[in-house]
Amino acid sequence: MKKHALSTRIWHWLNLVCLVILFMSGLNISNAHPYLYWGEWGFSPSQAWLEVPRFPGWMTIPDYYSLAKARDWHVLMAWPFALGLLFMWVAMLANGHFWRDLRTAPREWRPKAVWHDVVEHLKLNFEHGPAKYNFLQKLAYGLVLGVFLPGMVFTGLAISPGFEPAAPWLVDLFGGRQSARSLHFLFAFGLFGFLVVHVVLVLLNKPWSLMRDMITGGSNRWGDKS
Amino acid sequence: MSLPVGRRGFLAGIGALFVSGCSKMAETDTAQSLFSAAQGWHQKVHRSLADRKALAREYPRSAISPFFRGNGSRTVDTDAYRASLASGFADWRLEVRGLVDTPLSLSLDNLRALPQRTQITRHDCVEGWSAIGEWTGPQLSTLLDAAGVQDSAKFVVFRCADTYVGRKYYESVDMVDAFHPQTIIAHSLNGEPLPERNGAPLRMRIERQLGYKHAKYLTAIEVVDTLDDIGGGKGGYWEDRLGYQWYAGI
Repeated sequence: MKKHALSTRIWHWLNLVCLVILFMSGLNISNAHPYLYWGEWGFSPSQAWLEVPRFPGWMTIPDYYSLAKARDWHVLMAWPFALGLLFMWVAMLANGHFWRDLRTAPREWRPKAVWHDVVEHLKLNFEHGPAKYNFLQKLAYGLVLGVFLPGMVFTGLAISPGFEPAAPWLVDLFGGRQSARSLHFLFAFGLFGFLVVHVVLVLLNKPWSLMRDMITGGSNRWGDKS
Repeated sequence: MSLPVGRRGFLAGIGALFVSGCSKMAETDTAQSLFSAAQGWHQKVHRSLADRKALAREYPRSAISPFFRGNGSRTVDTDAYRASLASGFADWRLEVRGLVDTPLSLSLDNLRALPQRTQITRHDCVEGWSAIGEWTGPQLSTLLDAAGVQDSAKFVVFRCADTYVGRKYYESVDMVDAFHPQTIIAHSLNGEPLPERNGAPLRMRIERQLGYKHAKYLTAIEVVDTLDDIGGGKGGYWEDRLGYQWYAGI
């Protein structure tokens, strides 16, 4: 058995491309009205809870301000992003990856165990648990796969006026359209934060073999460790 | 990383290549057809997940925003419009024409005499903001039925009095949105005649789409079978000028 299933590897890289394009076109869209509100409505800076800084061209797609072209990219890449996420969830429930590697056990949540895990991470010792992933890794992957990524899809659907009549409860769930828009933004930056930490930890650990394994699949060394 | 440019320079270079690559790719015909295909899939999904007549949310009076912002054209910069505004739009006419059996020309009084629909809805601008207001006016379907739409009709074009950055504003929808129960010709906002900034004396409400579809300063409703020879051929002012999506339900 490979360390990473083929479905995981395909999704990982597809999702990276989607996220990068969605994030960078999203920053361009943010520039159109860089104010975030809570509730159903909001249209002027005095009602905003956050004034978002203007993102420069080198951070955005396209590399100049164009709400229309940024929306073209955003609306297109939403498809492979959302369908890819659905595919990954079906695959990891079916092939056991979720149950075997990502699900946490109650004992892992004990403060002492969590503290131990934090200390080991600070020592840059990433392979200190008995399983493939340690608690903080499970927590991070769980939050990303279970909350942030689906959160992007569902808040995105909730801000679409054409979709709303199909599931008005979704807008209520997020506390109104402008709240859904704010959460869309917060989830996006949550994912950006994950990406930064994820890449830094890979670089601090074994960048070349980790990268190689996510492409070729690698061999399941975690099996030997236990 | 032991590259001569350093890691930061390297990353910035990759970023710049990627961004300019995306910008170049976006100009190709393949990308353009992908973009419009993706737009079409969203529209199909929206229309199959909910009934075509399913209503956009309507709110209680208490949800109305304290102010309804104007955006784009906030007036019509002509002497004729100013004179009309001063006279309470007594001379304003709304024409219904094109592929109809009986073209109509209606005054505001004619429109107010028709059955009215009042709806408190949320207006979502493509830029991202929202405002809630109460709109009153006859349903577009009432006018279209009165005029008798011909079988070849595919789109309804909204002609406007305003010019924005040198071009005439116009918009269009397909027959599904034209006959949607919440598609009304609003003459009132929050119980008062439509303010100048919001499109006095008449504006469209297309509640399942973004704000730029809701044409203001409405002068005519034109039933057509193609959008190709109208304006720039893309079905609306923003669609022609900057490539905004014709289906604005996303």
